[in-house]
Amino acid sequence: MQKFDEMYTQLPYEFFTHGAQIRDHYKIYDEWLARQPGDMMAKRREEAEMIFRRVGITFAVYGDKDEDGAGTERLIPFDLIPRIIPAQEWASLERGLEQRVNALNRFLYDVYHDQDILKAGHIPREQIEQNAQFRPEMMGVEVPNKVYSQISGIDIVRAPNARGEGEYYVLEDNLRVPSGVSYMLEDRKMMMRLFPNLFNAHRVAPIAHYPDLLLETLRQSSPATTAEPTVVVLTPGMYNSAYFEHAFLAQQMGIELVEGQDLFVKDNFCYMRTTRGPQRVDVIYRRVDDDFLDPKVFRPTSTLGCPGLLDVYRAGHVSICNGVGTGVADDKSIYPYVPKMIEFYLGEKPILNNVPTYMCRNKDDLAYTLANLKDLVVKEVHGAGGYGMLVGPASTSAEIEDFRTALLANPSGYIAQPTLSLSSCPTFVESGIAPRHIDLRPYVLSGKTVQMVPGGLTRVALKEGSLVVNSSQGGGTKDTWILEAGLAPAASAMAAEPLQSQTQTQTQTQTQSA
Amino acid sequence: MLSRTADHLFWMNRYTERAENTARLLDVNYQTSLLPQSDGVALAGWQGLLSISELLPAYKKKHAEIRATEVMDFMVKDESNPSSILSCLSAARENARAVRGTLTTEVWETLNQTWLEVRRMVKDGEFEQDPAQFFEWVKFRSHLSRGVTVGTMLMDEALHFMRLGTFLERADNTARLVDVKFHAVETDFYGAANEKDQEYDFYHWSAILRSVSGFEVYRKVYRDVIRPERVADLLILRADMPRSLHACLNEVVGNLKMVANDQSGETHRRAGKLRAELQYGRIDEILATGLHAYLTQFLDRINDLGANISRDFLVPMPS
Repeated sequence: MQKFDEMYTQLPYEFFTHGAQIRDHYKIYDEWLARQPGDMMAKRREEAEMIFRRVGITFAVYGDKDEDGAGTERLIPFDLIPRIIPAQEWASLERGLEQRVNALNRFLYDVYHDQDILKAGHIPREQIEQNAQFRPEMMGVEVPNKVYSQISGIDIVRAPNARGEGEYYVLEDNLRVPSGVSYMLEDRKMMMRLFPNLFNAHRVAPIAHYPDLLLETLRQSSPATTAEPTVVVLTPGMYNSAYFEHAFLAQQMGIELVEGQDLFVKDNFCYMRTTRGPQRVDVIYRRVDDDFLDPKVFRPTSTLGCPGLLDVYRAGHVSICNGVGTGVADDKSIYPYVPKMIEFYLGEKPILNNVPTYMCRNKDDLAYTLANLKDLVVKEVHGAGGYGMLVGPASTSAEIEDFRTALLANPSGYIAQPTLSLSSCPTFVESGIAPRHIDLRPYVLSGKTVQMVPGGLTRVALKEGSLVVNSSQGGGTKDTWILEAGLAPAASAMAAEPLQSQTQTQTQTQTQSA
Repeated sequence: MLSRTADHLFWMNRYTERAENTARLLDVNYQTSLLPQSDGVALAGWQGLLSISELLPAYKKKHAEIRATEVMDFMVKDESNPSSILSCLSAARENARAVRGTLTTEVWETLNQTWLEVRRMVKDGEFEQDPAQFFEWVKFRSHLSRGVTVGTMLMDEALHFMRLGTFLERADNTARLVDVKFHAVETDFYGAANEKDQEYDFYHWSAILRSVSGFEVYRKVYRDVIRPERVADLLILRADMPRSLHACLNEVVGNLKMVANDQSGETHRRAGKLRAELQYGRIDEILATGLHAYLTQFLDRINDLGANISRDFLVPMPS
C-alpha cells in the first residue's frame, strides 16, 4: 500500500521521511491488504455499488441529471478503505467535543436571554444582533434542558501542529441540520458485509446504536407536559437531497416521517393528520431550515413548514430540534470566539483547538488576507456545502482576483484561514490506491446528558490534491473505525458456531412423511 | 398513521397491480394476434384494448393509425402515458420512496429493484426482443411484491391500505378485461356460429382465461367445454376465483373494516352493498340486462368507492 500520512506520527509525511513513526493501528490492515488478490478491491466496489442502488442509498444533486437523463439520483461515493483512529485518541476527542458542544449550547441560551458574554465585551454586540441567523423571536423563550442544539455535527481535521505532530482541529461547527449520519451507519453495514474477516481481526467500536441514542435524546427534549411524547421527523420531502437520511432515521427510530402539509396548529398545539383523525405532536426533529419552518413568521411563501408552529414552540407546547436560531452559533464569523466561550461559560481550557482564523471585518486581518490570498483559504461566513470559498493554492490568479473584488465589497462577509495540510488516507480511486485528504464529522447528541457513538462520518476529497470533502463537490465517505486496543475476539467466535447448528437440527424434527 | 402515508401506500399498490394487469391484457392480445385471423379482427382487438383503458384519445394524439407494435410501445414504455407499464412501475416506486420508512426493507428493495430493472430492460430493448417474456417478468415482479408484502409487513393499518389499493385496482382491471373481450364478440354471443368460428372462439375464450391465470381453474370448477357465460360467471361472481370481482370486493370490504374511522360509515355501506349484489347475483340475470351496461355501472361504483376512501382516510379536509 502506498504510504500516506494518517499512518505517521508526523505530518505531512513527505516532509518527514526520516524519523517519522508508523502508528500501530494501521499495521493489521496494511498486512491484510497486502495478502489480497489484485482485483479484489474492484470486485468489492462493484458489489457495493450494486447493493447501494438496490437499497436506494442515494442523494439528489440540484439541477443534475443521470447519464440517461432519467433522474437526479446519485450514489454517494463510498470508499472501501476504512479510516482508523486509535481509541485513546478518540477518548480525548470525545472529551473535547462534549466540552465544545456544552459551551455552544450555553452560549445560545445566553444570547437569547441575559447576553452576559456580550455585556462582558467578549463578542461585539453587532456581530450577534446583526447576524442574519439571529432570531429575535427567540428572545426569552425557554427550551427543554436549556439545550438548543440537540444534534451537533462538528467537523474535525487532522493536520500538523507547530511541532509537526498530527493534531485534531475543529474546522467548523454545524448546529442547524447537520446531515450525513445515515452514511456513517450504512458505510459500516456495507463494510461488515463486504469484509467480515477484517472485523474479526480488529476490535472496532460499534456505532449501530446511534438511532437509539438519537431517539432517547429527542424524547428527553420533550415539553414537560407529557410523559409519552410523540416524536416525528420533519422532512422537506422526497426531492430533498438528504431525503434518504430523513426516511432512514424515521424508520430506524420507528417514528413518523412528516412533511409540513401533514401538520397543523390548533388551540396553540401542533397536530398531524392521521387516518384516525388529528394526533398531537410533542417533539419535531426537523430537517427543514429555520426560514421555512413557519410561513407566518419567516419566509411567507414556504410550503415546507407549518403555519403557526413558532407560536406553539414559544409557548412550550412543542419542541423543535434543533432549536430555532442555532445558526447564530455556527456561523463562520462566530467560530473564532468558541475557545473564548469555553473559558467564559465552563471556566476550562479548550481541549480541541480552532484553526487560526482571520476575521476580515478587522482592518489588520483584512490587510493580511488581501496580501496573502494565494496561500489562504477564504470562506463566506454564511457559506455551506463547500460553496462560496477560495482555496488560494489551488486557484488561478483570475479566480483570486475575482474573489478579491468580492472580498473588498463586503469584508465582514468573509474569514480567512491558513491552508492546512489536511491529513490523507489511502483511498481506492481509478488509478488504484492513492492518498486523499479527509476530515471527520462526529455527531454529538445533547439531551439531559451529552452522548455520541465512537467515531463519525469520514469524508474524503476524491480529486487528487483537493481539500473540499463535501458530497455536493465530488466528496466521498469512508467507514471510520475507532480501534480498541487488545486482541480481536476472532478465535473464540469461530469455535462457537458448530454448537449452534446442532441445536437447530434437533428442533426441526417434523418432516413430510413419504 | 399519517393520511399522506396511507395515500402513498394505497397508490403504490394500485400502480403495481395496474402494471400487472396491463401486462396481462397486452399478453392476451399479443397471443391472440399470433392466431390466424383477419386484419380487421386483430385491429379491433388493439383498438378495444385502448378504448377500454380510456387511452384511445391519448394514443391518437401521438399515432396516426392503430398498429400492434405502436400500441404495445405506447402501453409498455411510453412515459407520457401515465398508464404504461413503465409509468406505473415508476409511480409505484416513487410512492414507495415517499414512505420507505413505513415499508420493510424487503418490500422497498423489491419495488426499487423492479424499477431499476424495468428501466434497464426498456433501454436495452429486451421488451422488443421477446414481449411474452417481458410480460411474464412484469407479472412475476408483481407476484413477488405481493408475496414480500404479505410475508414481511406488520399486519397493521399500513398493510390494510396497501391491500385496499391492490383489490380496488384489481376489481377495476378485471371488469375492464371482461368488458373488452365480451364486447369484441358481442354480435355472435348467442348467435349460431359456424364451425370455424367456434374453433376461433375456443382460442379466444381460453386466451381470456389464461390472462387471468384462470384456464386450469375453469376446467377444475366447471369440468366442461369453455362457454362464454361460464367464463363471465367465473370472472364476475365466483368468490373463490382470486381475480373475480366478487373476490376483490370481499377483500375491499374486509380491509375497509380494519381501518374504519368516525366518518367512513357511508363508504362501508356502499362497498357492502356492491359486495352483496355480487354475492347474491346470478350470471343469467346479468347477461339478460346486458353485460356491457352492467360492467360500466360496476366501474362507476368502484371509482366512487375510490373517491370515498380518499376523502375518508387519505386526503382529509383541513380542520
